[in-house]
Amino acid sequence: MDWTWFHRLASPPHIYRVAGTLTPWFAWPAGLLIVSALYAGLFLAPPDYQQGEGFRMIYVHAPSAWLSVMIYGVMATAAAVGLIWRMKVAHAAAASCAAIGASFTFVSLVTGMLWGKPMWGTYWVWDPRLTAQLVLLILYLGYMALRSGIDDLGRADRASAVLAIIGVVNLPIIRYSVEWWNSIHQAPSVMKMERPSMPFDMLAPLLMMLLGFTLLFAAVMLVRMRAEVLRRERGASWVKEVVS
Amino acid sequence: MGGYAAFLWPAYAVTFAVVAWNIIAARRAHQQALVEARRRFSADADGDAP
Repeated sequence: MDWTWFHRLASPPHIYRVAGTLTPWFAWPAGLLIVSALYAGLFLAPPDYQQGEGFRMIYVHAPSAWLSVMIYGVMATAAAVGLIWRMKVAHAAAASCAAIGASFTFVSLVTGMLWGKPMWGTYWVWDPRLTAQLVLLILYLGYMALRSGIDDLGRADRASAVLAIIGVVNLPIIRYSVEWWNSIHQAPSVMKMERPSMPFDMLAPLLMMLLGFTLLFAAVMLVRMRAEVLRRERGASWVKEVVS
Repeated sequence: MGGYAAFLWPAYAVTFAVVAWNIIAARRAHQQALVEARRRFSADADGDAP
């Protein structure tokens, strides 16, 4: 198998150029999908027979929750690649994920609380799913604090990568907490082995929003990664060509 | 919104405020990195840098 493509990924100028080229290809479809999903979710999807109009919270809560977990997976994978193959670009990718992941974990918690109050009668309960999601936010914040607390970039990369990898243990807990323990949180409606338990006109805006948020993450992450690569390579000759 | 407006609209507002922040912060970080790199190279050219 030809591994040239993999080795080229380790090249900062190559990654900087590729990220710049790919960003609009993710950003514009993301914008279109999110705007369409917003319209379909708020105005076209019928109200739920039990939750009424309140179910429309799903169109921002579920995509944010999905991103919070998916971004952590991407961050930990990039951190592991950086740690194993000593690939600086991989550490830059991991570092670029953290703030985005933390922000969407925050959104998932806030929108969950705003959904919980009318449905459960309380904003917060120490439920396994909610607690694991809070732990995820703490992991993101810990990762960012650790990075900013170490001046030496190499040491910051390695230490934060170890923390990111250890934190992966929280991901299956988030995913399966509603099945393993008695949880007030509802079981998965879409991300499960069987067919989604939602009618198509409710499901389609959700799938569009999930894809739109995922593409948005890709676009934002690529822009952040370009900034991170530039900062790390600020003395390199290729950077001089870029900025001149 | 069937009595849920007080919960739904703040949730949508927070979500899209965070989406906007992500876009703006990422673009700003990239612009700042470009400015810093430019400043460094112009300082090098002036012979100020170590």
